[in-house]
Amino acid sequence: MAPYARGLTEPTVAVENLVRGFNGRTVLDGINLTIREGEFVALLGRSGSGKSTLLRALADLDHDVAGTGLLQAPEKKSVVFQDARLLPWKRVLENVVLGLADSQADERGRAALAEVGLAGREQAWPVELSGGEQQRVALARSLVRDPALLLADEPFGALDALTRLRMHDLLRQLCQRHRPAVMLVTHDVDEAISLADRVLVLEDGRITADIAIDLPEPRGHGDPRFASIRADLLQKLGVTINH
Amino acid sequence: MSAYYVDTKHAVGGSRRQSRATAGSRAIDQRPRARRLGLGREIPYAAHLGTILVLAIWSLGSLTGFIDQRTLSAPWTVATTAVDLIIDGRLQSNLTTSAIRVALGLAFGIGIGTALAVVSGLSRWGEAIIDGPIQIKRAIPTLALIPLLILWFGIGEPMKVTVITLSVIIPIYLQTHNGLRGIDNRYVELAETLRMGHGEFIRHVVLPGALPAFLLGLRYAVTAALLSLVVVEQVNATSGLGYMIELARTYGQTSTILVGLVVYALIGLLSDGLVHIIQKRALSWRRTLAD
Repeated sequence: MAPYARGLTEPTVAVENLVRGFNGRTVLDGINLTIREGEFVALLGRSGSGKSTLLRALADLDHDVAGTGLLQAPEKKSVVFQDARLLPWKRVLENVVLGLADSQADERGRAALAEVGLAGREQAWPVELSGGEQQRVALARSLVRDPALLLADEPFGALDALTRLRMHDLLRQLCQRHRPAVMLVTHDVDEAISLADRVLVLEDGRITADIAIDLPEPRGHGDPRFASIRADLLQKLGVTINH
Repeated sequence: MSAYYVDTKHAVGGSRRQSRATAGSRAIDQRPRARRLGLGREIPYAAHLGTILVLAIWSLGSLTGFIDQRTLSAPWTVATTAVDLIIDGRLQSNLTTSAIRVALGLAFGIGIGTALAVVSGLSRWGEAIIDGPIQIKRAIPTLALIPLLILWFGIGEPMKVTVITLSVIIPIYLQTHNGLRGIDNRYVELAETLRMGHGEFIRHVVLPGALPAFLLGLRYAVTAALLSLVVVEQVNATSGLGYMIELARTYGQTSTILVGLVVYALIGLLSDGLVHIIQKRALSWRRTLAD
């Protein structure tokens, strides 16, 4: 791999000229992307823009997909899906430590559950949890693996608006504490702006915008810069707002 | 003055009572209300009502002589016959023989069926080799194999257990294979992202995921085993419940036949209940409509 000299740290993710297609239709059309260590990148795009395809390529989940390009991603990565994807026949703690072999796995699993606010629910079955709680278990399952790269595919898309806001706070805290590089795929512009260091817009398989967000925390609609970035992004996504 | 006070007290008390009464009628109605478009209120002992009615008609018919004793013995005759059969030990010894046959057939059938399903469900080579013959076997009713099996094994226990085993293998294999192949692709993806090994994947994802299907197969298997038992015991048997019934037919002992049928019914209900309990225990993680 060629050495990367952008920024002070080695990039965690490096993608060069990535092309992916299904059945002759090009979904990703020459993607170039680097994500630095600990950087939080949000990937915005309309349905069908190829955002999930890009995430799946980074997650090594795109077998049998034709494509070319260079892709460098760390071994230690974990994925949070839109559905919590807990195994219904495993209790919460077993789900968190699934596939871990070390002797302290249970202990670390408990700690991760406590961190997402689910201490005491270790022995619950997944069906006994609410949608938000299930997604928190999924976050704990990712965290316990101490990933260098966290890939999240619309992780809050199925949650109600209030739970989603609470989950944003939780994800922000977790990321500040563990500092993984993050790629969050979303179609929620507000979510992207309030969480990410950088927002990318994907359109027809190409990255058409790359905007650094350096707003102070906590970020909110009260900040006029928030509103202007929001309007800018919405325009890039082809949404015109009349107010 | 005092009278006046007393009057007011009465008046106050009275109005209080009144207001309490109105409050009572306005209080939240806590009775469980029937669904407006539902079937209406639940009937006590509903599950047993039909059975009790049938027994009542049977008893009444026997009492009045409307039902011929040679066609259908009275319930109490069946009961006394059962007691006699227990006292001279025939019922127990025949029941034990039959139970052993079913148990052996089920044990072999479940073992072989599961093993075949796992091999065929988890490897392409396994499926290529195993699935075809099983599908052909499935097309042949197991009971049609009895003549051939008699030629091979004689008329003794090996033939009987083999018939039961063969009838158990099919539902276990089919359901388990189906369950193994029907694992949600999302869980496969999850296992990949969690970097699970092949063994872990099978142990934690595939096998538990196929358990509901296996248990459904088990329920079918128990029914199939009992059906095969009834048939093999009426062919050249010298012991067992079916033999007891066949013998009773020869002597025209209707009540003994009925005792046999009652025992079959009890075995059927009991084994189904047992499988149901196993299902509930093993699948306690599920919260389905049926629970």
